[in-house]
Amino acid sequence: MTTMIKTAARANTNTLAIAFTALLGFGIMVMAGHLQAATLHDAAHDTRHATGFPCH
Amino acid sequence: MIYRILTSALFAGFAAGLIAAVLQLLFVQPILLHAELFESGTLVYDATAGTPSFVERPAFNIQRDGLSILFSALVYTGYALMLVAAMAFASEQGHTTTPRQGIMWGIAGFITVHFAPAIGLSPELPGFSAADVSPRQVWWFSTVAATGIGLWLLAFGTSWRAWGGAIVLLAAPHFIGAPEPQMFRGNTPPELAGLFATRALGVGLAVWACLGTLAAHFWTTEDRS
Repeated sequence: MTTMIKTAARANTNTLAIAFTALLGFGIMVMAGHLQAATLHDAAHDTRHATGFPCH
Repeated sequence: MIYRILTSALFAGFAAGLIAAVLQLLFVQPILLHAELFESGTLVYDATAGTPSFVERPAFNIQRDGLSILFSALVYTGYALMLVAAMAFASEQGHTTTPRQGIMWGIAGFITVHFAPAIGLSPELPGFSAADVSPRQVWWFSTVAATGIGLWLLAFGTSWRAWGGAIVLLAAPHFIGAPEPQMFRGNTPPELAGLFATRALGVGLAVWACLGTLAAHFWTTEDRS
């Protein structure tokens, strides 16, 4: 019983860890590649074009 | 688990980002700078009489190119976090990743975020005509999501229902079609645009192959430690 609860708890923690890191990566990609704020756009301009993101 | 994902992704992503920056500066940036000379009017494209194809290109600009290196590292770190999270999710489902499979993960990532969106929205030179940025971004994100889920179902699905769904998801964005410009305008030679698109895709494939291999390597190494 205890083992089952521990296994279930570990599976939940793992799912949370996976979701958190995927979201973190998505956030970084959106910030660096897609947000249209002028300063970000100008700084990331060449990378956005070279990486094939819709730029402006 | 979270430390394992974070360390694998940060090492792999940062290394792949630096490889991307070097390859982009060597192969993609010179074409972008050349095109900017036409966009700014410094060079004038004459389709009939011809325009010299060789120009002196600006040297390394520490501020501009330094920012490109920083943002390449950021973009690929973001991609690496998502890629390793996907490897971890696959592992939770009972599909263990080996270092040799890393290159396949990388190629799948390349198809998802570079190749599939480029079928509708080719990598653009500055100054080229395109539809408004917001609808292009909506199509880009939808295509990436549909392609990513489609490839996942193709790789890990076990029934014709999953594989059929995969084919629908992979094909749908291209039947719907990307937003297109209402007018073609611009004064940049089409040869530069073609070369820019293929070089951007070529560099993308090379970097994603490295990213997949590195991510799988660090992911499995962290498992042993």
